[in-house]
Amino acid sequence: MSMPFYVSPEQVMKDRADYARKGIARGRSLVAMEYADGIALVAENPSGTLHKLSEVYDRIGFAGVEKYNEYEMLKIAGIRHADVRGYSYSREDVTARALANGYAQTLGQVFTHEMKPYEVEILVAQVGEHDGEPNEMFHILYDGTVMDEHGFTVLGGQAEAITDSLKADYTEGLDVGAAIRLGAKALGSPDDRQIAADQLEVAVLDRNRTRRKFRRIEDGEVTSLLSGG
Amino acid sequence: MIDQPLPTFAPGTDPGPSFFELLRRTSPDALPGASLSGVGGSAAPLEIPHGTTIVCLKYADGVIMAGDRRATEGYTIASRRIDKVSQADHWSAMAIAGAAGPGMEMVRLLQTELEHYEKTEGVPLSLEGKANKLSQMIRANLPAAMQGLVVVPLFCGYDLRKAEGRLFKYDVTGGKYEEADFASTGSGSVHARNWIKAGFRAGMSRDEVVDLALLALFQAADEDSATGGPDLVRRIFPTVAVIDRDGYVKLVDDDVERRSIELLQSGRSAL
Repeated sequence: MSMPFYVSPEQVMKDRADYARKGIARGRSLVAMEYADGIALVAENPSGTLHKLSEVYDRIGFAGVEKYNEYEMLKIAGIRHADVRGYSYSREDVTARALANGYAQTLGQVFTHEMKPYEVEILVAQVGEHDGEPNEMFHILYDGTVMDEHGFTVLGGQAEAITDSLKADYTEGLDVGAAIRLGAKALGSPDDRQIAADQLEVAVLDRNRTRRKFRRIEDGEVTSLLSGG
Repeated sequence: MIDQPLPTFAPGTDPGPSFFELLRRTSPDALPGASLSGVGGSAAPLEIPHGTTIVCLKYADGVIMAGDRRATEGYTIASRRIDKVSQADHWSAMAIAGAAGPGMEMVRLLQTELEHYEKTEGVPLSLEGKANKLSQMIRANLPAAMQGLVVVPLFCGYDLRKAEGRLFKYDVTGGKYEEADFASTGSGSVHARNWIKAGFRAGMSRDEVVDLALLALFQAADEDSATGGPDLVRRIFPTVAVIDRDGYVKLVDDDVERRSIELLQSGRSAL
């Protein structure tokens, strides 16, 4: 048996990170932002059935970019975690923070132990239910790094350019239409495109809804929201 | 499993979109009836709260479900305000008769099961699928049922594909029987059913069918000591839920109170 070449841990980690980043850079982006009634999620997604945005639990939503099979698996693991926890304790004991920790550990473990890191970035968002209760947005990277975000956050390939565009235009307390228009505009800003409604996947976590705050906004409604205002 | 902070499974053991299967793999002790598997059959029946009469009727635009509010423990009233009718998901409801503890646990399990499926698959189960799933849960409870913890629910909902309300009754082994017009179960069910049978017509309006259900529950309470009638002093009235194309709605207490008082004053209650 031949001896493998020595490769320094720094090099291994760097190679893995480069690999993951390269994958993510290929993907279309998504933005999440706080608006007057909760959190709006806007993703560029040409598929009407392979979702990037999903409901996880009453107040909690999930968003993922780039490799569908990988973030879909993470989404299902998150739903399982949330439902088991809510069933064995109570519905209010399911929190975005616990879920984000679980994701961070899973992604961190895959990054260091598996052949190939996940080529994903994910977001766990939780809408504050009562007045004064803050929203929470956890942005989690391919290596398990967790960032606690406020205002807005961008996931995916062109995150930097889109963030710059949002920084210029974002204000607090937007209504749902304005938030979605801003999100769509920011997603198209890096290469000056106008993204059509059927290329967008839009959902909100709306604190005014009863128990399940997550609502998917269908193409027709997106079209009218985009043309309004 | 221990190393993984989130539940993940090897391909052969994946529970798929079922919460029930997931729980069986991750925490089997949390399943209803699981902790009873080591308990031997006791000669005397367990003294635990029992739910009594529930009814379900079809009407022109959907189905309604109603239940009295009493739970009994032998000859004692265990609860005056138990809710036996629960929303299962947006388009379906479930009501329990029999052992109240395992029954309520089963309601919670079905609620989680339906929502879990909807979230992981992105689409809700068909009504038939929901009814079959409940069937499996009742069958899984059979060992507990053999020890006296019998749960016999009714399940109903609006079938969006067939565009009509449908209702199902179950036996203790999980046998599922779809009924065409109405169903009832629990200790007062014979009386309730007879009154429904006498007053039922196909294509009744929502108001008519709600009043008929309240009359049937009143008459069941009149004949069966384990069924609770309207309690004017404490203002406790039956639970009534309506499911149509737009989903599940529980009637507000004031509405049921008004209808119950009209019923008491109408003379139909003194027959």
